[in-house]
Amino acid sequence: MLSLIVFWPALVAVALSVVPARAGTRVFAGAWFATGLVQLGLVAVVWAGLPATGYGSVERLAWIPSAGVSYHLGVDGLSLPLLALTAVLFTATAVYTLRGIARPKGFVLLFLALQAVSAGLFVALDLILFFLFFDLSIVFMYFVIAGWGTGAPARRAALTFFLYTFLGSLALLLGFILLALAGPRFTFDIPALAAQNPLADGGAYAGLTLLVIGIGLAVKTPLFPFHTWLPPAHTEAPAAGSAILAGILLKMGTYGFVRIAMPLLPASWRQFALMAVVLGVVSVLWGALVALAQTDLKRMIAYTSVNHMGYVLLGLGAAGLVAGSGEQARTLATAGATYQMVSHGLITAALFLLAGSLHERGHTYDMTAYGGLATRIPRFAGLFAVAAFASLGLPGFSGFIAEFQIFAGALGAVPVATVIAVTGVLITAALLLLAMGRMLPGEVRVPDAPGTPRPFPDLGARELLAIAPLLMLATVLGLLPRALLDVIEPAARSVNDLVAR
Amino acid sequence: MMVDSDPTALIPEIALLLGAVAGLLLGAWTPRRRQWTIRVLAGLAAAAGLAATAVAATRPPEVVFGTYVLDTATHTTRAIVLVTTLALVALCGDTAAGHRRETEFVVLVQLGALGSMLLGGAADLVLLFAAFLLASVPLYALAGWAKQGTATEAALKYYLAGALAGVTTLAGVTLLFGVAGATGYAGVAEGLTRGPGGAAAVGLVAVLAGLAFKAGAVPAHFWVPDVADGTPPAVAAVITTLPKIGALVATYRLLDTAIPADIVDWPLLVAILAAASMTLANLAAFAQTSVLRLLGYSTVSQVGYLLMAVAVAGRAPLAEPALLFYLAGYAVTNVAAFAVVAATAQRSIDGHRGLARHDPLLATALVVALLGLVGTPPTAVLFGKLVVFTAAVDGGLAWLVVLAVLNTVASLFYYLRVIAAAFTAGDNDHAGAVDHAGSGTRSRPWARWTALGTATLSLLLGVGAGVVLTVVGTPT
Repeated sequence: MLSLIVFWPALVAVALSVVPARAGTRVFAGAWFATGLVQLGLVAVVWAGLPATGYGSVERLAWIPSAGVSYHLGVDGLSLPLLALTAVLFTATAVYTLRGIARPKGFVLLFLALQAVSAGLFVALDLILFFLFFDLSIVFMYFVIAGWGTGAPARRAALTFFLYTFLGSLALLLGFILLALAGPRFTFDIPALAAQNPLADGGAYAGLTLLVIGIGLAVKTPLFPFHTWLPPAHTEAPAAGSAILAGILLKMGTYGFVRIAMPLLPASWRQFALMAVVLGVVSVLWGALVALAQTDLKRMIAYTSVNHMGYVLLGLGAAGLVAGSGEQARTLATAGATYQMVSHGLITAALFLLAGSLHERGHTYDMTAYGGLATRIPRFAGLFAVAAFASLGLPGFSGFIAEFQIFAGALGAVPVATVIAVTGVLITAALLLLAMGRMLPGEVRVPDAPGTPRPFPDLGARELLAIAPLLMLATVLGLLPRALLDVIEPAARSVNDLVAR
Repeated sequence: MMVDSDPTALIPEIALLLGAVAGLLLGAWTPRRRQWTIRVLAGLAAAAGLAATAVAATRPPEVVFGTYVLDTATHTTRAIVLVTTLALVALCGDTAAGHRRETEFVVLVQLGALGSMLLGGAADLVLLFAAFLLASVPLYALAGWAKQGTATEAALKYYLAGALAGVTTLAGVTLLFGVAGATGYAGVAEGLTRGPGGAAAVGLVAVLAGLAFKAGAVPAHFWVPDVADGTPPAVAAVITTLPKIGALVATYRLLDTAIPADIVDWPLLVAILAAASMTLANLAAFAQTSVLRLLGYSTVSQVGYLLMAVAVAGRAPLAEPALLFYLAGYAVTNVAAFAVVAATAQRSIDGHRGLARHDPLLATALVVALLGLVGTPPTAVLFGKLVVFTAAVDGGLAWLVVLAVLNTVASLFYYLRVIAAAFTAGDNDHAGAVDHAGSGTRSRPWARWTALGTATLSLLLGVGAGVVLTVVGTPT
């Protein structure tokens, strides 16, 4: 079943590759949308069959037995929400793309491939399989940014992105090899390694392994100081690319921490949890402060991603400080971190799609060029306001639940860091309100081409259909958090048990 | 040491030799337009050799004629060499067809392949040297095959470097023989424990210098970029692929079975060579504007990764399967990369602009080949790197793996330059090199289909890595 979910978009891509390119956007994006709906349906089936504990829908085949690699898939409460997020975001992006894009065939084929590897990454239960999907996501995203960005700067940004994250992925590979060689039996199987717990005693070898894996994941997440590839990549990527990059690809890093770093290197995670907390808090503040200084809308959203991913690390780090907090608090922190991944995916994707729509109309991301959008394009203004309030963590939206849980879970273990991180929320609130204040109210001001005023229409039906459901989901998750938390919490508890042993 | 072994054990080698000799004779009596029959003959010989290898691989390992080992490593070498030969004979279709010296091309490839194969199985210093010559001399001639200015220069450089390497190897063989009192590897290993260690070290370094020349590793790599850039791409593909296979397996076998590591600290020596190969070649590749020169340097860096497996020979259980698997992946991927360039017939990076628009399939093959050489999934080289890195960490060379990781990232930069060019529209899209690169590819169907075929094979080898590694990892 999981194989079908993973390879279904790839199969569609293969089938579409023989359709001539002149068939047009409607055919390709339409097929992509249908693929997304089917994938959503399949994920719903898996969700219904999720067992209370352990992994569900497990598939396992020997692949390269002599190198300890197996084809091992499975979902639990940590991966299933992210798998569902993948299906939701890609479907929304497909709707958004229906409006038209240059060279639709290549674009849709690349995104279908990305959809397959993203889904694959979240269900992989083998380190090498995880690495494969991790690496492939970089390759495909490189082609998206380089091919559909804006000219030479896009190619440069794509190259930076590729080199930087590829370094991260190879660091990850090195760490995986160290991990696999540590045990009595040479294997890359995640549950088997978690059960063996070869590095239970910590020490230099385990610390080194955590360092290498940590660097690999931190680049992708991205954590300060490894975040410098992110703003240019986001600025140059097409709107759909930014949405997927921020919504899904960044989660691969944080997911790696919960799935691999914490349960497989528990002793070192406990030992260096404070490092994760510090890096998380620094990312929170750095991302927020730099975002505050931006006038470029897309760059600003990109930096808020650094900020939001910082909260995730704060929560995960706090969950590693076993001595300082009770089980209840650590579960809160881990579950909150996972909740934040889902919440941030929905909200940021919506923000990036909105930014893309604005750019299409005004041909600039410069916030000072816009004013009075609330009167000129009210539907855009409404959705943007909702997305911004959701992003700054207003109660009633999913971000509030996530951040509240993280802070509540972390406060006991690291009170000072938590208090500092809370100020990050204030700065984010300030900068998003500032951005809204610049663009939405007041006198109508839109960038015009010299002489001839551009048409500046409001959001179309397809844009609404792509963006509104994401924000509605964020609201539902904010109002009825138990629906998702009931799935996440058992898995968060078992990860914490693995860390605490 | 009785010479009464069964000659049928050598059917793959004999098939290549017979194919070469028969091809030479037949070619002399065949009109130019029907010389393709020689290529067919070569293909049949290689196919027969493959079949014989498959049968022979089911038998337990043995030593024939006292000097030649038939084990998993030899069988795998045979298979890789023969498959590569098949691809190379197909690749040369456009370059050589109807050419005055078509027969010579094919026959020289076959003889070079034979030499490479013998290198892989040699378990005797004298046979090692004979195989070294057999793998070298035909390829000198092949380098000069095109008889154009740059090819002559390349051939001369290759020949001079090779002559020096040959003499060095011979001196090294003599020294080792003098110290150990034997030429068979088993005898050498035993004799070295009694003789003076210093002389043994000098002899080993001299032999390694010759093998490094064949493999195109630092410090004997200076000929590689000149040959890659100076000769037609089909020739460059032969010279940067075939001899490496035999030379690396020969190095592995020599160090693993004949030289005890406590007498000469060869693991460190090989590790340094590996580090130097990958680093220097990558640094040199950055500035290149010629695709062929760039690919030439890339082959040198690949030898660096391959030598990592050699450096941990006998100290990590995965070392031998890692080397063999990486070699197989490298051979098909490298041929694919050169085949794409042969199909576009563009030597510069800029000449590949617009390739994706005019021939998307070939551009895909280029991406698969180049990203394959970097080692992105799911190509064969990725799994090659995975097992080589694992073996190296296991063998205590973690620092070398860190260096290899950094080098891999660095190499991505110059491979991406070619890929980015292929996916960029030309400056003047209506005329010039752009359309040339695109529309011309279909007029070179042999190179084009070889590129597509080998790129597919590199993917299949990656997905089927489990099966292949099981085969090369089980001692027969």
